[in-house]
Amino acid sequence: MVKYIGKRIIYMFITMFLIATATFFLMQTLPGSPIASYSKLNDTQKAIVEKKYGIDKPTPVQYAIYMKNLAKGDLGTSFAFKGKSVNDLLASRIKPSFILGAQAMVFGTIIGILLGMLAALRQNTFWDYGSTFLAILGTSIPSFVFAALLQYYVASQWHLLPVGLWNDGWKSSILPSLALAMGPLALSARFIRTEMIEVMSSDYITLAKAKGANKFEIAFKHAFRNALIPLVTVLGPVAAGLVTGSLVVEKIFAIPGIGEQFVSSIMVNDFATIMGTTLFFSAFLIVVIFIVDILYGVIDPRIRLAGGKS
Amino acid sequence: MKNTKWLLLMAMTLVLSIFLAACGGSDKKEEGSKDDGNKDEGSATETPKKEDGEPDAEQILNLDELAAIPSVDSAIVEDAVGFNVLNNVNEGLYRLNAENIAEPAMAAEEAVVSEDGLTYTFKLRDAKWSDGSAVTADDFVFAWQRAIDPDTGSPYGPFMMSGSVKNATAISEGKMDKKELGIVAKDEKTIEVTLERPVPYFLSLMSFGTFYPQKEEFVTEKGDAYATNSENLLYNGPFVLTEWDGTGDSWVYKKNDNYWDAENVKLTQINVNVVKDPATGVKLYEDGKLDRAALTGDLAMQYQDDPEVVKQPDTAVYYFKFNQLKGGKETPLANVNIRKAIAKSFQKEDLADVVLANGSLPAYYLVPKDFAYDENKKDFRELSGNHLEYNVDEAKDLWKKGLDELGVDSLELEILGGDTETSKKMDEYFKSQLETNLEGLTIKLKEVPFAVRLELDSAQDYDIQVSGWGPDFQDPISFLDLFVTDGTNNLMSYSNKEYDQLIADSKGDLALKPEERYEAFAKAEKILLDDEAAIAPIYQKGEIFLEKPYFKGLASHPFGADYSFKWAYISGKE
Repeated sequence: MVKYIGKRIIYMFITMFLIATATFFLMQTLPGSPIASYSKLNDTQKAIVEKKYGIDKPTPVQYAIYMKNLAKGDLGTSFAFKGKSVNDLLASRIKPSFILGAQAMVFGTIIGILLGMLAALRQNTFWDYGSTFLAILGTSIPSFVFAALLQYYVASQWHLLPVGLWNDGWKSSILPSLALAMGPLALSARFIRTEMIEVMSSDYITLAKAKGANKFEIAFKHAFRNALIPLVTVLGPVAAGLVTGSLVVEKIFAIPGIGEQFVSSIMVNDFATIMGTTLFFSAFLIVVIFIVDILYGVIDPRIRLAGGKS
Repeated sequence: MKNTKWLLLMAMTLVLSIFLAACGGSDKKEEGSKDDGNKDEGSATETPKKEDGEPDAEQILNLDELAAIPSVDSAIVEDAVGFNVLNNVNEGLYRLNAENIAEPAMAAEEAVVSEDGLTYTFKLRDAKWSDGSAVTADDFVFAWQRAIDPDTGSPYGPFMMSGSVKNATAISEGKMDKKELGIVAKDEKTIEVTLERPVPYFLSLMSFGTFYPQKEEFVTEKGDAYATNSENLLYNGPFVLTEWDGTGDSWVYKKNDNYWDAENVKLTQINVNVVKDPATGVKLYEDGKLDRAALTGDLAMQYQDDPEVVKQPDTAVYYFKFNQLKGGKETPLANVNIRKAIAKSFQKEDLADVVLANGSLPAYYLVPKDFAYDENKKDFRELSGNHLEYNVDEAKDLWKKGLDELGVDSLELEILGGDTETSKKMDEYFKSQLETNLEGLTIKLKEVPFAVRLELDSAQDYDIQVSGWGPDFQDPISFLDLFVTDGTNNLMSYSNKEYDQLIADSKGDLALKPEERYEAFAKAEKILLDDEAAIAPIYQKGEIFLEKPYFKGLASHPFGADYSFKWAYISGKE
C-alpha cells in the first residue's frame, strides 16, 4: 500500500509537470501580449516593464524561470492586478468557490443517493418515477438556470434568502450551493438506482434474503456499498469541477470566487493568473482522483490496489 | 471493521459540511424601504441636485462596481474603477466640483499663473494624510517624478505630462534624470510647476489621479508592498479605503476624519461589492442591498419608465467615419455631397430614445455636451450650436447631386460596426433609414468584434465606420485633435488646411487667449461637420441607473474619475 501510494505521488508530480509545460507553451500562442493593456506606455517604459515581468526573454528562458519559481511555490505576479502575487489572488478567491462546491457536493450526493436507493427499492412505483424525473431535470437543465430560478423566487420574490453577494454569512451560500447541487444530485440518483437494481438481483443478496437478514440491513450493508463504486469513479472529477468554481453561478450570485476570475484572466492575457489557476485546478483534480482510487479499497475490499498484497 | 471506516468517512463529511456551514460572517440583513414618498420629479436631470432634505442619522451607502480594483497606486492606475477609488480617497491640487469645474482642493487658493502661461505657483492648504502627518509640496514633487520615471511604468504619467510639463518627454524616454521635471517645492507649502507650452486646461488636469501626491517616506518604506492593500496606502481625500485585500471583490470607504473638509463630508461609510452581472445588480437594488444600480442593454429598456431611474450623460461621442481612401483608391465618400447626404438622412432622436433607450442623446456635434466650459463657465455647446441636423429633403438633393458628380445612379456602401446586441440593432436602424431616404443606396452591414474593428480601422479598410471617442482631458481639443491631417486617429484620409491651422493656432498663438481659442474650436467644428461632413455625429453616450430617492448629492464627472462621494448623503431612508 505504501509503495503504491508512493508511486502514485511520483506520477502525480510528473502529471503536474506535463500540465504546467503544456499550459505554458499553449499560452504563448494566445494572440496579444499582456502588455496590450499598457497601450499608453511609451517604448522606453514598455521595455522596462517587459523586463520587469521577464517577458522580454525568449520563451524557453521564460519557461525555465517559471518552472524554477513554481518549484518554490511562487506562481508569479499578476498583470491585471498590478504588482500582486497570484498566490494571494488564488488564496483570497478560492475560499468562496470551495465552500459552495463542497456544500453542493455533500448535499447533492447525499440527497441523490437517498433518492436513487428509494427508486431502486421501490422500482416502478411513484417514488421511482418521481426520482427519475428529478434526475432527468437535474441532468438536462444547466445549473445557471436553477441559479436564476432560485434567485428569482426564493430571494427576489419571497425574500427568504439573500439575492447575492458574499456578506451574509452562511445564508449567502445556500442558493448558489443548491443550484450547483442539482448536477451531482441527478448524477448520484441515476447511478445508484441502476447499480442498486443490478446488485439487488445478484446471488449474494438472494442469499442474504434467504438467511433472513432484514430488508434495511440488506439494502445498506450489502447492496449500497457495491452500488457505490461506479458513482465514486465519476464523482471525483465532478467534485473537482465544483470546488474549483463555476463561472456562471458565481456571476449570477456575485460571489467573489475563482471561477469567474479564471475566465476574465484569459480575456486580458494575464499569463501568470492563467497559469496559476490552471495549475491549481489540475492539482486539485489529480489529488481528488488519487483519493478516489484509495477510496475504492475502502468501499470494496475486493479491489486490491497493489497486486493484492498490502 | 471496514464498515466503521466507511461510517467514519461519512461522519467526517458531515462534520466538514457543518464546519463549512459555520464559515463566513454574520451581517445583519437590512430591508431597503421601497418607497418613502420623497420622490424627486427632477431626478432625471443630468447633474445631481442639492436637496433640502435633512441628512439621516445613519449615513451608510451600498454600491456596486462592475470590476475589482486592479490598483490604487496613483502612478499606476489606468482603469475606471481605480480612478474612481483614487478620487474618493485621495486628492490633488484641484478637484472637480459637482458642476464639474475644477476648484482648489489641496491647493489653498487659485494658482498664480505667469503671464506667458508657463509657470504655475500653487500654495498648499494645511492638509493631513490619514496618518496625521502634513501633506507637503515634496509629496507632490515625489509623486510626479515617480509617475514620469520610466522605471515606474506609469501608463498615464508620460501620457499626461509629455509635451506639457517641462522635460517630461525626455525623462520618460530615459534620457534625463527625473529630478529635472518641471516641478519644484519652493518651500514646504509652495509648488512651482513649469510647462513647455501653455496648456489652457492645465488646472483641470490637476484633478486627475496621476497628479495626486504620494508621501515618499511611506512609499519607500512599503517598497513593493505599496498600494497592494488598503493598509499599505495613505489617504488625504474625503474617505479612507478599508477592507480591501488587493484582489478581492469588496471594499469599504470610511469617512476620513483627517480630511481638511471633513465637516462637509456626510457619509460615514460606503460598502462596495463587485457585481459583474447587471441583472444581479438590479435584483440586489430591488432587494434593498444596493442604493444604485446600472441599467444596461435590455434592462435599460425594461426599466426606462421606472420612477427611480436617473439619466447620466457620458462624454463619449459616437459618429460615422467616412473613409475617403481605400486601398489607394478614392471612395465615393470622397465626394462631399455624398457624405453630407448620408449625415443628414437619419433621424437621431428615435435612435437615441427608441433604439438605444439607455440615456444616450442625439448628437449634432463632436465635442459633447456638459463637458468643456469657457472662462465664464459656459458650456462649449452653447457657443458652437448644432450641426448636420436631420433633413431628408436636403439629403435627397445632396444625394442626387453627389451621384451626378460621380456619374453613377446607385452605390453600395459598407457600414462597419461592433458585434454587440446594441450595435447590431443600431446598424439595422441605419440601414433602413439610409436605404429608405437615399434612393439607389445599398448598405451592407459588417459586424465584427472590437479588436477586429480596430484592425480594419488601422488598415483603413472600410467605407463607413461607427466609431466613438471618450476624452482624456477636459478640453475640446481632446476631440478636435482627432481629425487633423494624418492624425493618428484620422485614418480616413480627411484633410483640411484651414481646420489644421485652427487646431495648430489653439495650441500656439491662441493658447493664452481663451475666448478666441474657443471661437477657433467652434469654427473648426463647423468646418469638420457643416462644411465638410468629414464625420457624421450619431449620439452622445448616456447611462441610466436606478437610484434610491434617499440617495442624494452624488456628483458625476466627465473625465478622470466617474464619481465624487464627497457631497453625497442619505436623506429620508428611515
